[in-house]
Amino acid sequence: MMSSLNTPNVSALPVERSQGYWAGAVRKLLRDPVAVVSGLIVLALLSLAVFGPWLAPADPYAASMFGRLKPIGSPNYLLGSDELGRDMLSRLIVGARLSLFMGLTPVLLAFVIGTSLGLLAGYAGGWINSAIMRTVDVLYAFPSVLLAIALSGALGAGIFNALLSLTIVFTPPIVRVAESVTTQVRGRDFVEAARASGAHALTIVRVHVLGNVLGPIFVYATSLIAVSMILASGLSFLGLGVRPPEPEWGLMLNTLRTAIYTQPWVAALPGAMIFITSIAFNLLSDSLRSAMDVKS
Amino acid sequence: MHDLAPLAKRLPLILISYLIRRLIYALPIMLGVALVCFALVHLAPGDPLVSVLPPDASAELAARIRQLYGFDRSYPEQFFSWLWRALQGDLGTSIATGRPVSSEVFRAVGNTLRLAAVATLIGFILGSLFGFVAGYFRNTWVDRLASFLSVLGVSVPHYWLGMVLVIALSALTGILPASGAGPGGSDRWTWNWEHIQFMVLPALTMSVIPMGIIARTVRALVADILEQEFVIGLRARGLTDFGVFCHVVKNAAPTALAVMGLQLGYLLGGSILIETVFSWPGTGFLLNSAIFQRDLPLLQGTILVLALFFVLLNLLVDIVQGTLDPRISRG
Repeated sequence: MMSSLNTPNVSALPVERSQGYWAGAVRKLLRDPVAVVSGLIVLALLSLAVFGPWLAPADPYAASMFGRLKPIGSPNYLLGSDELGRDMLSRLIVGARLSLFMGLTPVLLAFVIGTSLGLLAGYAGGWINSAIMRTVDVLYAFPSVLLAIALSGALGAGIFNALLSLTIVFTPPIVRVAESVTTQVRGRDFVEAARASGAHALTIVRVHVLGNVLGPIFVYATSLIAVSMILASGLSFLGLGVRPPEPEWGLMLNTLRTAIYTQPWVAALPGAMIFITSIAFNLLSDSLRSAMDVKS
Repeated sequence: MHDLAPLAKRLPLILISYLIRRLIYALPIMLGVALVCFALVHLAPGDPLVSVLPPDASAELAARIRQLYGFDRSYPEQFFSWLWRALQGDLGTSIATGRPVSSEVFRAVGNTLRLAAVATLIGFILGSLFGFVAGYFRNTWVDRLASFLSVLGVSVPHYWLGMVLVIALSALTGILPASGAGPGGSDRWTWNWEHIQFMVLPALTMSVIPMGIIARTVRALVADILEQEFVIGLRARGLTDFGVFCHVVKNAAPTALAVMGLQLGYLLGGSILIETVFSWPGTGFLLNSAIFQRDLPLLQGTILVLALFFVLLNLLVDIVQGTLDPRISRG
């Protein structure tokens, strides 16, 4: 009798194997139509960035004296041509690589650097925390656009300087998020238990802290991608980022500004690409936030 | 009632001590901001004097000008003397024009402030409207539409939106002027249509960013407030929809206003792209010319003024919010 009491058809209970946190989030994302559509757009843009040079119908650098500023839908120029007679469609396609590289790299670098600094500040506490967080406060006291332009303006134009300034702009907010979630997790019982059992600080951070803080930081970092795309192209638009003749959407928008009276819609095309990219990343990040159940 | 009197007397004291503590907290930040602005010049590759010296300048002339600008002294020495003069309103001399940086910056700040304030106001009014409607009809198609519009608002590259508006309302139709801040390059602003028509396009373009952010904030606030128990209580007491509306507005206002204040700060610092598109003679335009003429004192001074504006605005928002909202602890 005892055995039947102690084991009330346990095996019949619908026990689901525990899915990982990330696997569960992906499953939720795939059920969200907005996430699927924006994810597909992001995927399409990324494949343009990878395969662009093979997909472009014409040479994006080939200028033509007689083919300047053709309207959208001209023969040989499906989306018109720019002020030097280069094929717009090809330049938009090939431009995806540099534009996405300029937008994504600073967020990726800031994610790695910001997470490390935030973990260090949050876990170590004390004067290390003060030193890191007060520096972050100062950088945070600048409006982001102003800081990006001031830094790359002082450093001078160029891809490397633009990436460096944008990384400096996006690191402080990520440090703040990382520090605040780390401080929360650090006070939890399982971290205390690990410390009591004599685990090394690095092991605790790697095993117990990182797994619990990476999700919120990751979600926050994805929400910065759209801003980074707009800012990176904005720097090139001002003449502070990518230099001619490389195809990059912000720079293309800048050089086509003179054409708004002759071929207005051709001139607006590169900005539309930035817009689409930024909408897709924003929607994807919003869906990710709700799928991973992170409070803003 | 007699025991309330001392509290009423003490209240200003609590506020004043709160104010002083906030100011003390802001001081090191301002010092840090000044340090970053100072470091910018020394971060720059090359000699800051290159743009002012003729290429065939003698070593003697170079040394004299170096001394004139103070570049021959040690960094801490330069920093503190620069800071001391900045505190007295002297931001140095522009290398390109030879005029004092402070007068150039303050003339430009007026233009930028005017544009940013109008843009923030438009963004606040429309953003609150969208956000309120979305929050009130939450989880309906109205909400989804308004939320999608606010995603568009925060996603749009504003410099491109400016170009599109110029194309649509200026290049193709000629309804509004495309650039400048007044007829015939006039730089004295007056509030008449002659001048205002120049502001319409840049202000509309600029208003899109705060509009999206304020709409999102207000939507979340309203949705949150409407789900609280006191609203059910108000309804149960027989309050009309308008009565409930007034309560919601009263509860959402402090946060929404705080977000508006911060947005004004962001626009002040972030106007450079829009000012470049519309040739608006503000700080962004000044920064642009400072960068491309490598006029480092001008760059330094403009950034310092804009960043300090931003810090002070943040402080002001904190203080106003602290006094309006009794839940925020002043103790």
